[in-house]
Amino acid sequence: MNWTTLAGLGLVGLSAGLMLFLAALRRKEPPVFRRIAAFSRLGHAIGRAVEDGSRLHVSLGSGGLTTPQSASALAGLTVLRRLADLTSAGDKPPVASSGDGAVAILSQDMLQVSYQDATAGGFYDATAGRLAGLTPFSYAAGTIPIMRDEHVSANVLIGNFGVEAGLLADTAERKGSFTLSATDNLPAQAVLYAGAQDPLIGEELYAAGAYVNAGPFHAASLAVQDILRWLAILAILAGALLKMVGLL
Amino acid sequence: MKGIISTAIAIAVGLVVLAGYFIETPLLVNLRRLLLDWAVILAAVALFVGLANLVKVHSARVRDRQKGGFYSVVLVLCLLATLLAGLALRPEHPVMAAVFNAVQFPVEASLMALLTVSLVYASVRLLRRRRNLLSVIFLVTAVIILLGTAPLPFGEIPILGDLLRPFFTQVLAAAGARGILIGVALGSLATGLRILFGADRPYGSR
Repeated sequence: MNWTTLAGLGLVGLSAGLMLFLAALRRKEPPVFRRIAAFSRLGHAIGRAVEDGSRLHVSLGSGGLTTPQSASALAGLTVLRRLADLTSAGDKPPVASSGDGAVAILSQDMLQVSYQDATAGGFYDATAGRLAGLTPFSYAAGTIPIMRDEHVSANVLIGNFGVEAGLLADTAERKGSFTLSATDNLPAQAVLYAGAQDPLIGEELYAAGAYVNAGPFHAASLAVQDILRWLAILAILAGALLKMVGLL
Repeated sequence: MKGIISTAIAIAVGLVVLAGYFIETPLLVNLRRLLLDWAVILAAVALFVGLANLVKVHSARVRDRQKGGFYSVVLVLCLLATLLAGLALRPEHPVMAAVFNAVQFPVEASLMALLTVSLVYASVRLLRRRRNLLSVIFLVTAVIILLGTAPLPFGEIPILGDLLRPFFTQVLAAAGARGILIGVALGSLATGLRILFGADRPYGSR
């Protein structure tokens, strides 16, 4: 085992230990988060969707489960589950679109469980979780009609997108519907910053679960990310200092 | 009960694959490779299930005479024709390559062109939608990079092209991008751990 493997194992072990400890701590006291306006507006948009009988659309992006972007897809699925729990009792159940077969199946599964919980085993429409297209632009082309024609009042774009996310943000803007967007892709973040109503930057994508109250582990993982970020900052500063004095 | 079993399997498989990366014993490495191969095969099967879902959604649009039903007919017919041709001729056949190069590629390129217009429009709207310092910085940076990169008829603008643009792209943007990527990596780690702990169950379990 070389030192990079050992460091990786140490990082995973430290993160796991911290998460378990902080999750146990968070069960006792409710977490307090920095205010992110996008999540406050998402809460209002969900309330409006349930009240006026319109629909919530969760777009999970083109990232697959067997790709390095799987974490963003999984984070999106968690948010989908929580949002589906909040809106399944509405007149129109939420709809989820994705660009990967496995993610589409998982989104159907999430929506089914949530819908059956909310309606005591009522009829679930399997087309609520959809595969919109398999390439990034065909995914955008398949998702635009959902946003435009299916009485959608709020869109949550969360997952791995490319620059084609600009087309989705533009469609939402034209329809006047709320859009919260979060992606792990840098060019897409720039595009969404310009085009989307409420863009999240960087790792805020992974904070979404904590902000929609998905459980104590989400609050704990947010704290773990903060601790690790400070450790990374200290490591970078120490590296720069050592380089400056010629020790590295 | 079903939920407990699926969660237990997910956690066990996740732990074995993770251990296979760090502890390189033949048993763990081979087990990791086998499980990842299974995942790839399952993802391929899921693709077909997803395609069936796509056909179902668009068939329902046609059946219910919804808006855009004609496009759904075109989509389903093209999908079936391409699928059958691909199965009969194999993907590497010149006809299949021509289908991609003559249809898929130009259509996606035209969407990219459309995106350019959308982005210009979005940039113009940005200051109206979010009037704050960050939006101003975003737009000023975009204009500086654009003017510093674009082939202008009167040549490169002094200072902008040889000083400001490289400083923005190679120092500020690179530093910001690395910061964001470190954050994304930490978020990915946290997401993976939540699934390993069974706190996140993206497989529909209650």
